[in-house]
Amino acid sequence: MIRNLTNRIAIIALILAFALWVDLSNDIEILNPVNNQALFSRNVEPRLGLDLQGGLQVLLEADIPASQQVDSQAMEIARDIVQQRTDALGVNENVIQIAGDRRIVGEFPGLEDTESVLATIQQTGLLEFVDTGDYSPEEGTILNTDYSPTGEPVELPESGEVLYHTIMTGSELDAVTVGQDQLATNYVINFRLKSEGARIFGDHTSANVGKFLTIVLDKQVISSPRIESAITGGEGTITGGFTFESANAFAVQLRYGSLPVPLKIVETRIIGPTLGADSLNKSLRAGLIGMVIVAMFMILYYRLPGIVAVLSILIYAAIAFAVFKWFHFTLTLPGIAGFLLSTGAALDANILIFERMKEELRNGRNLAQAVDQGWTRAWSSIRDSNLAAIITSLILFWFGSTFGATIVKGFSLTLALGVGISLFTAIYVTRTLLVIFLQGFKPKNYDLWFGI
Amino acid sequence: MIDILSKRYLYFLFSLFVIVPGLILLAVDGLPLSIDFTGGSLFEVTFAEGKGLDTESIISIYEEAGIDDAQVTTTETGSVQIRSSFLTNEARDEILTAMQEATGEPVTVISFDSVGPTIGAQVASRAALAVGVAALGVVIYITLAFRKVQNAFRYGVCAIIAMVHDVAVVFSIAGIGARYFDWQMDALFLTALLTVIGFSVQDKVVVFDRIRENANLLRRLEYETLVNHSIVQTLQRSINTQLMTVEFLLLSLALFGGITLQEFAVILLVGLLSGTYSSIFVAAPILVLWEKREWTTWFGRGANA
Repeated sequence: MIRNLTNRIAIIALILAFALWVDLSNDIEILNPVNNQALFSRNVEPRLGLDLQGGLQVLLEADIPASQQVDSQAMEIARDIVQQRTDALGVNENVIQIAGDRRIVGEFPGLEDTESVLATIQQTGLLEFVDTGDYSPEEGTILNTDYSPTGEPVELPESGEVLYHTIMTGSELDAVTVGQDQLATNYVINFRLKSEGARIFGDHTSANVGKFLTIVLDKQVISSPRIESAITGGEGTITGGFTFESANAFAVQLRYGSLPVPLKIVETRIIGPTLGADSLNKSLRAGLIGMVIVAMFMILYYRLPGIVAVLSILIYAAIAFAVFKWFHFTLTLPGIAGFLLSTGAALDANILIFERMKEELRNGRNLAQAVDQGWTRAWSSIRDSNLAAIITSLILFWFGSTFGATIVKGFSLTLALGVGISLFTAIYVTRTLLVIFLQGFKPKNYDLWFGI
Repeated sequence: MIDILSKRYLYFLFSLFVIVPGLILLAVDGLPLSIDFTGGSLFEVTFAEGKGLDTESIISIYEEAGIDDAQVTTTETGSVQIRSSFLTNEARDEILTAMQEATGEPVTVISFDSVGPTIGAQVASRAALAVGVAALGVVIYITLAFRKVQNAFRYGVCAIIAMVHDVAVVFSIAGIGARYFDWQMDALFLTALLTVIGFSVQDKVVVFDRIRENANLLRRLEYETLVNHSIVQTLQRSINTQLMTVEFLLLSLALFGGITLQEFAVILLVGLLSGTYSSIFVAAPILVLWEKREWTTWFGRGANA
């Protein structure tokens, strides 16, 4: 029935052992036996979605007219900044991802203080370096600048107000650190500029020594230092009687305050922690009840092959769970549903095979022939039908990704992967196990052992 | 062998019986689209024991925040759900504070969903596109998979007709659910719908595959007998896979799985059931109907009479 049975058993045992290892641990570490140093390590803690542990999800959109293209690199930078800003709040496990070409989705599982996160994200923080000439505006003053994120000219403000020229934006900043001046009495801010910024900054400071260069965050003045000397090397220092705290706060604003694209919140979802925990417990219990009923049915109806199918479903579950943990998939409620459905697809493949096997047995074939025929003949319909399910999953995944609909994404991902893994277990594992069983004891009574 | 196909017009009638009432409800009530597609806010809170606010005071709190379309419902679990147009986070905080002041106790936020109006409209149009792309993918796929069979195109069309049937069943259930259980069509509904489409095709492929195989083995049989034969041969599998495994799993999700998944599980349950039903009682009979060109004989009556 199978020629290289030992190889097959070895492969399955190896995969299963590795899967169980991943399933049962939170960290995977392989040590070098010589010096006991870690050769490889990976964190495989399970991640629960917002719907299971509560939390906050926000969808941010580039606040730029829909007709205009958003620079993908700028979106990438904006994503990094939102990530850094929210990381700085000490929120664990937050995930910030780009969704489509003009949206960013942020997820903060387990978060209860949603307001501070929203406030942090919402300070959209467009940092500008503005030429204010001889004028040194006070902190908090609102300035009109001529910088436009889309490159279109800014309309002149109402009469009487001045439009100041923006030399460059915060995206030209490369690094910002807090240091002390030479006497070690005051704190200063050291900054380094990217090459383009260094050139602009060099030209401007050379021509404007003694004038003020005002730093503006969201059109609001945060500091207005005087240009003491030309800064041409791309590195400079801002002094101004800072304490350590104020220097640090300023540095954070400089570092993370420079969004290359203005963002607005277009969608907020908050799930309370109780609702999440309740859903998780109930769905897991429901899944378990369903699985037990299905296992009982499979064994009662298909007898020996049924037992084998249930075993291979257990192996399937172990492998699938390990894959989810390994690739850090977030477990969501629809994800659980997708997993259950793919279990159904795994069983479907086995049912197709077993029905075919029974047909062959009824037609008077011997056991070995029936097993072979069952697999060969059922293959085309298993292949074609599962491909259809995978195609739909991919379309769902695409849809979920563009809109940051992580729930839809979670479902389609578990479904597609589940169907893929189930093909392996239904075809490869079930067959191997069945042959082992059949060789172990040779059933004579087909009626009893195969339920024909 | 059981003769399934001869009663085909009875099955078509049965399908109409299932589909039409729900669709009429949908036509009368309109599509119950959730804020996922229309934009708006859904705010669910619980008040401290005995400190609840009545509908009027909640609505007036909303009105003070400048939102004048709030609708309040109480859920089975005793929490209060308020639907309204899009709430900014500031407006939500204002409302929450006002509620706490009015009751004098902390108010627990169960969930808060707020979707901007433009994004909702885009999700809706993309959703329609996703369904369209899925359907197109399916025709191409089936036509390719059955390219070696005579009239491969017919199999694709029949699969699509059956798929439309399953989609109609899902919408019909959604219409009934919307009228009697306050269901709404949200992103999860769409997910369920697309899954039904995917599995519907999967099911057709299994039956068609058997017809494909039998067509080679049993060349001399009349087409109707051949199709009937194929259905009967795959019947056990269809029943076992769909009813016993998938439905057991989904039924336990629907019964024990918490409210969040209930609607999703029920829609999947009915949709997948319809997927199996339509392979046997819609797609295959139409294949036969097409082969026999029954529209020329007044849908079989002339021939049978």
